[in-house]
Formats: sequence, structure tokens, C-alpha cells
Amino acid sequence: MKKLLVVKGLKAYYQIGPEENVKAVDDVSLTLYEGEVLGIAGESGCGKSTLARSLSGLFLPPLRHISGEVLLDGVDITKIDERRLRKEVLGKKISFIPQSSMNALNPTLRIRNFVVDLMREHNPELLEEEVLRRAEERFDSLSLSKKVLDSYPFELSGGMRQRTLVAVSTLMNPDIVVADEPTSALDVTSQRQVIELLAVMIERKIMKSLIFITHELPILGQIADRIAIMYAGQIIEIGTLSQVIFASSHPYTKTLMSSMIVPEEGMRERELPSVPGSPPDLRHPPNGCRFAQRCPQATDECRANDIKLRRFQGRLVRCIHPLKVEREL
Amino acid sequence: MQSDEVILKARNLVKVFGTGKDSVLAVDHISFDIHSGKVVSLVGQSGSGKTTTARMLLNLIKPTEGRIEFQGRDIREFRGRHRLEYWRKVQGIFQDPFGSFNQFFTIKKILKDSLKIIGEKLSEKEKVKLCRAALESVNIDPDEVMDKYPFELSGGQRQRIMIARIFLINPKVVIADEPTSMIDAVLRSNILKLLMKLRDVQGTSIIFITHDIGLAYYLSDYVLIMHRGKIVESGSPEQVIIHPKHPYTRGLINDVPTLHKKWALKEG
Repeated sequence: MKKLLVVKGLKAYYQIGPEENVKAVDDVSLTLYEGEVLGIAGESGCGKSTLARSLSGLFLPPLRHISGEVLLDGVDITKIDERRLRKEVLGKKISFIPQSSMNALNPTLRIRNFVVDLMREHNPELLEEEVLRRAEERFDSLSLSKKVLDSYPFELSGGMRQRTLVAVSTLMNPDIVVADEPTSALDVTSQRQVIELLAVMIERKIMKSLIFITHELPILGQIADRIAIMYAGQIIEIGTLSQVIFASSHPYTKTLMSSMIVPEEGMRERELPSVPGSPPDLRHPPNGCRFAQRCPQATDECRANDIKLRRFQGRLVRCIHPLKVEREL
Repeated sequence: MQSDEVILKARNLVKVFGTGKDSVLAVDHISFDIHSGKVVSLVGQSGSGKTTTARMLLNLIKPTEGRIEFQGRDIREFRGRHRLEYWRKVQGIFQDPFGSFNQFFTIKKILKDSLKIIGEKLSEKEKVKLCRAALESVNIDPDEVMDKYPFELSGGQRQRIMIARIFLINPKVVIADEPTSMIDAVLRSNILKLLMKLRDVQGTSIIFITHDIGLAYYLSDYVLIMHRGKIVESGSPEQVIIHPKHPYTRGLINDVPTLHKKWALKEG
């Protein structure tokens, strides 16, 4: 399988004082293959949105790139200057779908004018008619009403706005789309429509690969091929959907999984986990495993040295006492 | 505690906001009973009227039509002292309790003040002892938070302190409006366990207002599904959520992502 995006040892910190940093992304490595949906899940403050932002290669203060590489077609985009990045990479090779559609769209512009502005930002020689023709075609092919283009953002429902944003962000057929909590503010029915739209776009190869970031694991169950779980700025487990969800081997993943509450038979009999404490302060993350202080399995060895991702039963896990699973998936 | 006592009763509640052409019918003739020591979930999407219903039950806004009875008495009759008494017996927990706490008071003061509502004469030492016990019952180390201010605590801690306060006041009914929607899954488990402890230990009735069908299924003894101001279906969690009959409920539950069932994602 072709590797579209390779992240190696990425560190991205927020500088909050002369000597003080919030280590939001701290040694993250991952690979995105062509044709796959990679889900990134974790609780608020674990660094998943910062990771998403860092994948653009654009680090806006107070976020700073400390070390590590983001390789897009073999080119490290953390080293490209901002002008070239905006011109050649963003929107064309990699595109972002943010959570809040109301903030992303311009409230004083009809969607059609917004689309024209946006496209000409990337490609000044494009004619207005050409942009609109493309937008109409795309809306049509995705069964979105063309009337939306004539509307102002406030005239659309939250779900429709989010689907509009998905269609607009992908007009240039980017190889990679990074969607950061695109469904979190929506009710379940609109949520499903957005997921279905994304699935159709992958199927039709409008985008090659999708990185889907969310705190809601059941959504990833619907769309992801592989899942990465983040905790305190690091990826602690990465593997296929069934490996990570149904046979978790990191104790944190296991806790997160058993905290999921879904309307399925048998749920009422399940005991919810009790985990003491909260995630560490990312200004001063502890030595060794970052989950150790809350982990029932933790030993002195866990707290002593930094732990790297290691291969275990087909997936990668950042734990020296991973939970064994009965059958390999 | 008689388990089958109806403690709160809503009959034909209607709430209209605004007048004339611009009026909005937020709640449309709903009726239900809340039994003591039970968890009843009011489930609906945004705009379904669930929060308006909560506010009427809390006696914060008046219904346009219909009546609410607390232990057999119309709550409109409660004036002055009796109204305060009602607010002691029927307590609210909201999404982020930050707004409910006085930011200039320490947690110790906030908790001690809630003891005032009970009206019992206690010495300073007894008060502090009760507050510490309440914090311990929600798994918070009293020494860690007693002298802190609300802004110094995380959302999860604030929510647990809200529940500690409920433990102290010991109301008959708690109306919890999306109390866990701002909290991460792992911490949410702790909050839900505390709410169930409240029901099991103190026999408190809980009206749990949520858009999350999974939570309603897990926690409730009885479920009410609201849609456009009406209750469209009600019954036990098994009846309503596993075997729904109303088309709206069916559609809603079908759209909830679960782990074991994949949607048939259609090719457009």
C-alpha cells in the first residue's frame, strides 16, 4: 500500500512563557496509507486537535514545531515556508474540515461568494464561472441542493452547514482530508448524514484518504479502517478497528472502551470502570508512561523510563505490560 | 421510603414563548409521573422542549397551561418560605456548574452555605465535618479542594462538587440537565455512578435530561422521548430503546452509532 503521509517523532508545543511549554504533541509517529480512513480518538486535552493542525505543516504561534517530520509525498512540509505551503499544499494535497461550521464560513457572504473567494485564494487565475460550475457539479453529484449556494450560513441548519463545509473543503480533490470533530456539534441524524457524505466521497475517490478525529469512539466504528488512541500528547495504541476497539491491549484504551455507553442490549448490566485521577498536566508530563499514575497494572518500571511504541499482537502499543488478547484480530 | 409514591406529577403542561405570529410552542400538552427513588430520562434532540420542561419543573418559569404537583400539591401554591422549601427539595444540576457557584467563595464556603438551606443549627466543627464527608462520598480529597475557588477546578471536579452539595442537602428530586455532556467518557463514568449512588443510598428521584440515548438506556428506570414539544413514546428502557414503536424513536435510535452494528452506508 502506498504511504500518503508519514509522521516521524513529531513534537509540537504551545509556548506559554519564556521557559514554559504545553507539550500537546510529544513524540507522535504515524503512517497514513492510500485509500484508508484513520481515526484518531482521545479525550479533550489529549492533543488530537493540535496533531491535526500540525499535519498542515503550518505552526501558528503560540504553537511551535519543536522536532520531527511530516512527510507528504516524501517532502517534509514542516520545512516549507508559509507562502509555498498555502499555495501548493493546503487545500490541494491536504485539506481541513473544522468542527464549527459557523466560524469557518463567512457569515456575511452567500456560500457561492465564499466559495469563489476561497478557490481564488488558492488559484488566482480561476474564473468565477469556472469555480461556480465546479461547485454546482460537486453539490449535484453529492445530492446536496444547489440552492444552498445561494444561501447565507445562518439560513442553513447545523447539519446542512457542516455538509456544505465538507463539500467546499474538498473542491480541489485533495489527497488527504483531515476532519477535526466534524460531527460533534450535531444531533445524531445530521451526524449520520455527514458520515455518509464522507463515506461516499472516499468511495468515489474525491479524496484518497481521511483522518477523522473525534472523542466519540462509536462514530469511528462506522467509518474508520484503523484507529489511533491518544493520551497526554502521545499515541498509545494504533491498529485496525477491531484490534483497538474489541481487543484493546493498552490499559487506557481498555478503560476508554469500557466507558462507552451505547444503546445496545446487555449495556445495562455492564459495570462502568472507576479510574482515579485525571490526565497529567502537559506542562510537566511525568517520566515514563503517562498513564502510570492511574493504571492498575503500573509497576516501578513503567514510571522509570520513557516508553516507545512497540509491536504487540499485530498492533503498536506504548506499554510494557500490554493486555493479551485471546484471539488475534 | 415507599418506592411507588408519585412525588412529582406533570399534567397537560404547555409552554408558549412569545405572542401572536412569533409565538413558539415549546412544550405541547405533556403529562408524566415521577416516582420516588427512580431515574426518569427525558430524551430529545436540541429544540425538543426538554430544557423548557426542566425549567418548569424547577419552578423557574411558569407553564402557560397545565399543572405540576409536588407530593400532591400544585407548585403554584408555594409562596415565600414554602417556595424556598420547594427549591430545597427539588434541586437542579446543570451542564457546567460553574455558573451555579459563587466564584468569589471557596468550595468550603459554598458547601457550608448549602447547609444553611437545611436550616439545622450546627456548630462550625460539625459543618466542616459534614462537608468533608460529602466530598469524600464523591471521591474528592477534601484537603485538596476545600480552600480552592471554582475556577481552580476542572469541569469534572466542579460537577462532582455539585453532587457533593446534593448529598448534603438531600433533596427529594434532582433535575439533571445534560450533567455529563461537557465531561470526557472516563470521568463521565464516575459522575453517573455518583448519580446512581444518590438514588440508591438516599432514595432521590432523578430526572435525567439528555440527548444521549445510550446514557438514557444505561441509567433510567423509565424513559420519555420528546419530539417537537410532545412526548412521543414512553416506557421502560427496554420497551422504548430496544423495541421502539414510534417511527420518530425508531429513526432516532437507528441513527445512533453503536460499536457492534454498522450502518449500511449507502452509495449516494
